[in-house]
Amino acid sequence: MSQHVISVRVENRAGVLARVAGLFSARGYNIDSLAVSETELDDVSVMTIVVRGDDRIIEQVKKQLNKLIDVIKISDHSPLTSVQRELVLVKINAQPSKRPEIYQLVEIFNGKIIDISKKTLTVEVTGEPEKVDNFVELVRPYAIKELIRTGRISLSKEVL
Amino acid sequence: MKITGAEIIVESLKNEGVEYMFGYPGGVVIPIFHQLFNAPFRFILARHEQGAIHAADGYARASGKVGVVIATSGPGATNLVTGIATANMDSVPLVVFTGQVSRDMIGNDAFQEADVTGITRPISKHNYLVQDINDLARIIKEAFHIASTGRPGPVVIDVPVDISKGTAKFVYPDKVSLRGYKPVYEGHPGQIEKACKLIEEAKRPVIYSGGGVILSNASKELRAFVKKTGIPITTTLLGLGAYPESDPLSLRMIGMHGTCYANLAVHECDLLIAVGARFDDRVTGKVSEFAPGAKVIHIDIDPSSVKKNVQVEVPIIGDCKSVLQKMNEIVKAPKIGEWVERLMKMKEKNPLTYRDSDKVIKPQYVVEKIYELTKGGAVICTEVGQNQMWAAQFFDYQEPRTFISSGGLGTMGYGFPAAIGAQLARPDKRVFDIAGDGSIQMNIQELIVAVQHRLPIIIAILNNGFLGMVRQWQELFYDKRYSNTCIGFQPDFVKLAEAYGAAGIRIEKKEDVVGAIKKALSIKDRPVILDFNVDKEENVYPMVPAGKSVKEMITVELA
Repeated sequence: MSQHVISVRVENRAGVLARVAGLFSARGYNIDSLAVSETELDDVSVMTIVVRGDDRIIEQVKKQLNKLIDVIKISDHSPLTSVQRELVLVKINAQPSKRPEIYQLVEIFNGKIIDISKKTLTVEVTGEPEKVDNFVELVRPYAIKELIRTGRISLSKEVL
Repeated sequence: MKITGAEIIVESLKNEGVEYMFGYPGGVVIPIFHQLFNAPFRFILARHEQGAIHAADGYARASGKVGVVIATSGPGATNLVTGIATANMDSVPLVVFTGQVSRDMIGNDAFQEADVTGITRPISKHNYLVQDINDLARIIKEAFHIASTGRPGPVVIDVPVDISKGTAKFVYPDKVSLRGYKPVYEGHPGQIEKACKLIEEAKRPVIYSGGGVILSNASKELRAFVKKTGIPITTTLLGLGAYPESDPLSLRMIGMHGTCYANLAVHECDLLIAVGARFDDRVTGKVSEFAPGAKVIHIDIDPSSVKKNVQVEVPIIGDCKSVLQKMNEIVKAPKIGEWVERLMKMKEKNPLTYRDSDKVIKPQYVVEKIYELTKGGAVICTEVGQNQMWAAQFFDYQEPRTFISSGGLGTMGYGFPAAIGAQLARPDKRVFDIAGDGSIQMNIQELIVAVQHRLPIIIAILNNGFLGMVRQWQELFYDKRYSNTCIGFQPDFVKLAEAYGAAGIRIEKKEDVVGAIKKALSIKDRPVILDFNVDKEENVYPMVPAGKSVKEMITVELA
């Protein structure tokens, strides 16, 4: 069961997300993450879907997606042939005494403090999903109050 | 000049050359029915929306054209659901119009509102909710295109009532442009060559032909392919008729109730050539033991059918007709004399059979007599269950589109309304519905439609007082506990036929079977119900129990 990042370009229309999501749920395939956004074209959206499965399941997922009339193009993005990013916002319970340690972590991860209150710090970190994972693990001991991730987005790399 | 949405629908259907529309009116489709009143095509008013859509489906399967249906919002639309799913499973081209509440009411739990696009999304090839009247003509054009090309299927168009009443300029597009939908028709030449090479080298090849051959009108090409290669051929339930079953190389039907020799041939083959078939579980049984020693060539227009259930050495994505044409040009016959001889012996030794009786009417005997008396020239529609399997086993299908049955979804109540559509499509043919006493009651209300249009459909009820196939499973696998499958408490089918204005004949003795069928065939202005009181606990054999391998097949002799 390996993790695959599938980038799906679709018609930018009502109901397309439900079609794609329904296809996964009807077959019992679990989605690890899903990010939907606009693209360079007004009438095209892109869905970046992270899904786990053996080769047979992934091949079926791709074929079933291709079968949808509103799906324009599907690509399977491997970490070698694509650039992948994710953004996380973490609201951390941070008493003033703990803050210097957290500032340091944020700096190491090229993150930003984007909100601050008497008891909390909210931090933004962007990067490859593994980097985001690492950051989350490292701030976990400081008690995370709320956490949200965008889900992975991915673009294929160009040949030199 | 601007015209209304309802007029756009009628004009578009005219452009598509629609002959028949099937349906049922209701509140939000009144504007459309207002225009249908003087449309140049015929409207067939069903008595239940499910009847309408199965009739459209039967029409589509018998004619090869797109079936067109309309129903109102809410319950009208939800009554179509079984029919949409039936057509979707068997790849039948339908365009289904449903009314919807007006756009400003959608989502308000308005009267007769249902989320039709939501409900039909997983059971249709595609669906639309019309949000702008200026898109309506384009959507209809696309719907016909999507329904009838690639792997065909039902397309639903949900039309809010304010769209039907609104106005717009009507231009019917010449062509469609769908960047996400470009079915591949031509098979890859390299793959075709590879397949032909495998065929040439095969020692024990078998062709496994499915509904796709009929859908792509490739029967002629298939016959040429068998003739050129000399390879024996088995078909799926929905593939019946693509190849004449009277031919020596026909191994008849494969699968759970297929012939011993077809199942054994596939079990022993070293090359399986699947054409327009999808390795359904009713065909394969236990997948890991299906054709265990075979390489597989799979020709199919739907890439998602390939390698879904079994591994495939040579996939060929394309239209069966075009791929077979190409293969016929280059394929060389393999040397398989010994193999064919062995299969022919197997076929001779294990024919499809049943224990006949003089005391009771055997259902298989009835089907055989229908075959003999129509000289195999009838269109046979079936319901689902034992009647369906006997109709498949004991009638030698010769031509495509003469066997019409709900294969994938297994919809009881399908056969009779489908027969109405089939009879409209084929006025030149006698159309039978081979039915059970259970399934015929599921859409019996459509009888009046056949009477109204003077359709001489012959409903042959194989009446055993049971929901026979479930009873058979209860007998074989559930200790004969016939829980709720005994339906001996029944209407008088002869009186019922007469009440509707149809003819009805009850047949209780074997010697009356032939006479009754002849009598029915002589009636040409109304439907006939033949109520055959058949052996109550007759079983369908051979049978490969669900999820088992060919080796565990139960034959008539073993039973």
